[in-house]
Amino acid sequence: MAEPFVLIPGRTSRQGCGISAGKFSAEYLDETSVVQLASTDMKRLGLTSGDVVKLSSADGQVELAVRAATGDELPPGVLFIAYGDLSSRLMGADTHGSGMPTSKGLDVMLEVVTRSPPGQAGSTPRGTKGAPPG
Amino acid sequence: MKIVEDATCTFCGCVCDDITLKVENQRIVEANKACVLGKAWFLNHQIEDRPSCLIDGKPAPLDEGYERAASILCEAKYPIIYGLSDSPCEAQRVAVSLADWIGANVDSTTSVCHGPSGMALQGVGEVTCTLGEVANRADLVMFWGSNPAESHPRHFTRYSLMPKGMFVPNGRKDRTCVVVDVRRTKSVKAADLFFQIPPRKDFEAIWCLRALAADVALDADQVERDTGIPLARWQDLMQRMKSARFGVIFFGMGLTMTRGKHCNTEALLALVRDMNAHTRFVVKPNRGHGNVTGADNVVTWRTGYPFGVNLARGYPRFNPGEYTTSDTLARGEADAALIVSADPMSNLAQAARAHLASIPYVALDPKETPTTRAAAVAFTVAAYGIQTGGTVYRLDDVPIALRPALDSPHPSDQTVLEGIERCVRQRKGIGEFA
Repeated sequence: MAEPFVLIPGRTSRQGCGISAGKFSAEYLDETSVVQLASTDMKRLGLTSGDVVKLSSADGQVELAVRAATGDELPPGVLFIAYGDLSSRLMGADTHGSGMPTSKGLDVMLEVVTRSPPGQAGSTPRGTKGAPPG
Repeated sequence: MKIVEDATCTFCGCVCDDITLKVENQRIVEANKACVLGKAWFLNHQIEDRPSCLIDGKPAPLDEGYERAASILCEAKYPIIYGLSDSPCEAQRVAVSLADWIGANVDSTTSVCHGPSGMALQGVGEVTCTLGEVANRADLVMFWGSNPAESHPRHFTRYSLMPKGMFVPNGRKDRTCVVVDVRRTKSVKAADLFFQIPPRKDFEAIWCLRALAADVALDADQVERDTGIPLARWQDLMQRMKSARFGVIFFGMGLTMTRGKHCNTEALLALVRDMNAHTRFVVKPNRGHGNVTGADNVVTWRTGYPFGVNLARGYPRFNPGEYTTSDTLARGEADAALIVSADPMSNLAQAARAHLASIPYVALDPKETPTTRAAAVAFTVAAYGIQTGGTVYRLDDVPIALRPALDSPHPSDQTVLEGIERCVRQRKGIGEFA
């Protein structure tokens, strides 16, 4: 069953280094195609790193791998993705007269797509696919 | 081997100009003093083994590229020019000229980073200073919706927290650092105080501080309900802000990209203005790209406005939401584009990307990106600050010269834009001015 979350795309050092390595480099693609959850949310949803979830906003949907946020970096109910192609697919085009699409604090629904069997860690985190708004 | 002293890093708005580069066989092999982002910037921008010009994906001479680009831009009814934030000021200047000749929109990536800050600045004003003043004077340093530990890694050590300055001789010991954010980011480790507010509650939190600055009585329950922080903690922070000798708030896209946008930044700029009734207080946006601040400056010198400028009527008009790139693309209005060192095919909303993919456009970039791949004409350009010189503006509006370390077989942004401009002027019968 899908659950509501607030998504915050943002910069990370690895994403920044990935830009210099190239937008098609493994470093950039890996970093921008993983969603981070609070460890409490990971535990509650029975998720381990590498499991795949679907995020849907009013403007698009993507499937990507999950990873637990470091320590208590994220409060429960908040997701984080390094800026990139997938995070932008969830963003609406309406700028409300400002030129700036609402790019942080997005309302999304999270649905688990694949979950590792109990006691077995998921595969290496790596994003899967994005879809334009349907 | 060649050593380049005091090279300038153009990855982020810190624009650190104290980097020592070691060059061997036309490759940068060391970038001393650079942060993790700077090292990745210098070591990954070697000479690209790609054609300098591709037309419809096929290698072509530069002159043919200039002609085709001019043809695309001159035949359009609503051309747009976008990007500019990773180009030196000299190239930005040519891009604005080009926009003027063809009656285009000219817009930088400011519109999707600190554009709302620019709007707020026009509405409220900005109490500002240079980073040198921060290094020498600031004893209360706040970061709001900004995570420099990851986005501007030398911010703390070079400018804001660690330097031993004229009025803060003990450096970090003489300063108090406050972070306000939704996430407990890596920057929080550097803070003395952390205020973790719920998502989309920045405006309420800033307004609470404005009320406290004006000694307005507040309902403690409502404050905690609206900001997630007890009133007593906000009161303590305000006391510290009032008793600081020199306070500064650096803010990031946590404010500008979140619902409220320019209202959030207007609130923050107004708070800082209010604080000057009590002590010296300043505010600065932590700008991202290496010369996004230069783009604001150059576009303002030339048109009177910083971004989102329309030149179709022969005089500049400014209207964010109407002339900004995300909007002109998503609404399907633009019918040709010139993208200068930016990657809208990765970073804009899907509707904007889909429209850009459906119109002819020209792209300049040192690297191959999703945007250059889908361009009708793609130019591989020399990386600024590494393979070509010029001037950039640091995030505090201080201009800094570039000291390139390598020669490049590829043209600079400026050379390409001047080539396109020359062809545009020929097509329009515009002669050279003395």
